[in-house]
Amino acid sequence: MTVEKIMSDSESYDDFPARLRVLAVDDNPICLKLLETLLRKCQYHVTTTSQARMALKMLRENKDRFDLVISDVHMPDMDGFKLLELVGLEMDLPVIMLSANGDPKLVMKGITHGACDYLVKPVRIEELRNIWQHVIRKKRTEPKNQNGSADQGNDNQSSGEGNGSQADRNGKCNRKRKDEEDFSEDNENENEDPAASKKPRVVWSIQLHRKFVVAVNQLGIEKAVPKRILDLMNVEGLTRENVASHLQKYRLYLKRISSVASQQANMVAALGVKDSHFMRTAPFEGLGDFRTLSGQGRFASAALSHYTTGGMFGRLNTPNVNLRNLSPSTLIQPDHGQNITNSISSLGKVHPALASTNQSQSLFQGIPSSLELDQLQQSKCGTGMTSFNAIDNSRLRSRFSDPGAAINSSSNIFNSSTNMMLHGSYQQTMSGGGFGNQSSQNMASLNLDTFNVGVNSSSSLLDSGTIQSSTTQPASLLSTEPFHSQPPMRTTGNSGFSNDPYLQKNPIDISSSTMSLPLEDSREMQYQQGLVGDVQNISHIPSQRWGEQGQSYGHGSTATFGSLNAHVPVSGVVSPLSHSLDQDSGIVNEKMGVFMNGRFAGGASTLMLQNGNEKLASESRAMANDSFLLEQQKIQTVFAPRSYDPLDAMMNAMIKREQDETIANYDFGFDDYSFESGM
Amino acid sequence: MERQAAYLRNALFDQGYLDEQFLQLEDLQDEANPHFVEEVVKLFYTDSVRLIQSIELTLKNTPWDFEKLDNIMHQFKGSSSSIGAKKVKKECSQFQEYCNVGNVEGCIREFQEVKQEHAALKRKLENYFQLAREAR
Repeated sequence: MTVEKIMSDSESYDDFPARLRVLAVDDNPICLKLLETLLRKCQYHVTTTSQARMALKMLRENKDRFDLVISDVHMPDMDGFKLLELVGLEMDLPVIMLSANGDPKLVMKGITHGACDYLVKPVRIEELRNIWQHVIRKKRTEPKNQNGSADQGNDNQSSGEGNGSQADRNGKCNRKRKDEEDFSEDNENENEDPAASKKPRVVWSIQLHRKFVVAVNQLGIEKAVPKRILDLMNVEGLTRENVASHLQKYRLYLKRISSVASQQANMVAALGVKDSHFMRTAPFEGLGDFRTLSGQGRFASAALSHYTTGGMFGRLNTPNVNLRNLSPSTLIQPDHGQNITNSISSLGKVHPALASTNQSQSLFQGIPSSLELDQLQQSKCGTGMTSFNAIDNSRLRSRFSDPGAAINSSSNIFNSSTNMMLHGSYQQTMSGGGFGNQSSQNMASLNLDTFNVGVNSSSSLLDSGTIQSSTTQPASLLSTEPFHSQPPMRTTGNSGFSNDPYLQKNPIDISSSTMSLPLEDSREMQYQQGLVGDVQNISHIPSQRWGEQGQSYGHGSTATFGSLNAHVPVSGVVSPLSHSLDQDSGIVNEKMGVFMNGRFAGGASTLMLQNGNEKLASESRAMANDSFLLEQQKIQTVFAPRSYDPLDAMMNAMIKREQDETIANYDFGFDDYSFESGM
Repeated sequence: MERQAAYLRNALFDQGYLDEQFLQLEDLQDEANPHFVEEVVKLFYTDSVRLIQSIELTLKNTPWDFEKLDNIMHQFKGSSSSIGAKKVKKECSQFQEYCNVGNVEGCIREFQEVKQEHAALKRKLENYFQLAREAR
């Protein structure tokens, strides 16, 4: 009878709210008893405890035992906010805070710590009747997150990663791509769909991306619509949505590249032409690498996934080498994880191909895994840096990529930058190494698709980061920290991306690494990695970084770099780098150097930068993709500290160098980035 | 009897001893919880006695630990507001304010007020419950 009465009283509640399982925590016995009675009156299942530790214990014993936690703020054994955080992290349950103190500051604190709601004592029953909404809300966002991963790749992943909040953010980031509005919707829809049925993720292989780019170019980037692209590509099993999301990324990549290019005005103009070419070519390679990268590291992916940006980056990378440049930096800058995504998007849609989150993830994985991990961990700041770097790098890169320097180069650059970034950025979101990581990651991912080429190199760089160390000097810059170094850079800037050099480096690193793909993937990668890491270290070196990269230039460039950046005994560093890279990586070396410079503590970075610069010069001449990247890098790196003007000068210098043909190889693209960041 | 009980209850409200929170308590009392209000009030007095003792102990040690005093009083305030003890709650807030500025004299004075109000309410509620019980 009583129950009936209660039931009738409560205006026909659904089943759900009625059996909500609540855990109430409050050290005040009166309040606890009152709360218990109130909750019972709402027909919830209540468990009470006056100790926060006991509450945690109960929650840990059985995570499914409760739907919601209500906790007092002032408790003797544990601060209510701390409990709130722990519950959110470990069990991911909605938590409502309760306090006799209704001070807005405290309420704000509750919210920032993740509370779903904040009630002021004495609590009224009306307030408690609605708490079930928090549970529903949380449950709703989670499944979406998990399902998000379908074609959306990054989008999904980002959403999948975080809980609702992250997903939302990611979703928003994705949505920010203005051009992609329609696609965003697709993505959104896709997000919803997966909830129902998980779609298999599409891996954008180089071949696939190549086809994609061909189709897009055929239709004209403005007119390229998923449906038509799909028709042109004529690939079995590919859905319009896959293409749509890939196109989105690609567009972002393009945008990013172009924005980067514009920064570098001169450089870009020259190189810009190449973009399209680059993009096309890059995808092929990038994709390849990308995949490779993905295989490599899970770490990266993890890291990447974490950072949407990373994904973005990755995505960006592939589409165009340019992206690489762009992405890394762009990525980095954005908020750390989120920003990166934005940056990536800005970089260009280029990545769309990469977009498939897989790629980015994979990129990251591959790349970050080795180096980035370190870097990633290094600092969250890195992320900041990374982003910073990323942006710089991207700039650097974009410059390079524009020319479309042999896709390789661009992709490399991109890759390398990504790698670098990834390396660096991975840390947290690319925080310290962040830049490197991020970029590297992104690069990896991005490059993979289009850039795969680059990516490969970058990834190799990343992986080879260690190898680089073998190169010794630069490696030291690069290798020593290969990815750590990245963070170091950041560390300086930890808080913020103050470590420009890092940024600069990173992107470059990655790019260089990626660039090196064509060269000698492994080596380049190394550099890149090293660069990346170094870049971080180099922090101040943005220009220095180049020096290192210029390794391939090594000899020639070193000198150049030396003058350029002087920071780092770069020449020394660079040379080593260049040595390894020399062969192909010449460019890469530079890049690496560049990156490294950033990372390496400056000294190396300078070298790198120089190298990069040199390379850039040479590259610019070549205008090949590679050079483009390098040049950009170089220019950037060289100028790094300064700002883009020097880069132009560098470009010129590089061009001259090219004639010398020492540098030629650089894909540097990376370098530029690194420099830029440094700048 | 019933009228007396009702009268007493109204007086408590009118005189500001109790506020609407007490009504909430009464609302929660039903067949499932027939003596809910009384139980909660009893709980309050047991707990508050403990708190008062704790404060007195803290006041004995010099220099005063204002933070601790504030914490205890915060608890006290929370409890009294939960049962609707309006005047007690007010004195608690006042005490906390003196604590925050380190006003020793103010704290001592205020603490006396808290104890007085606390005791006064206790008496009145006890009377009321008695009447209410007899009226049933």
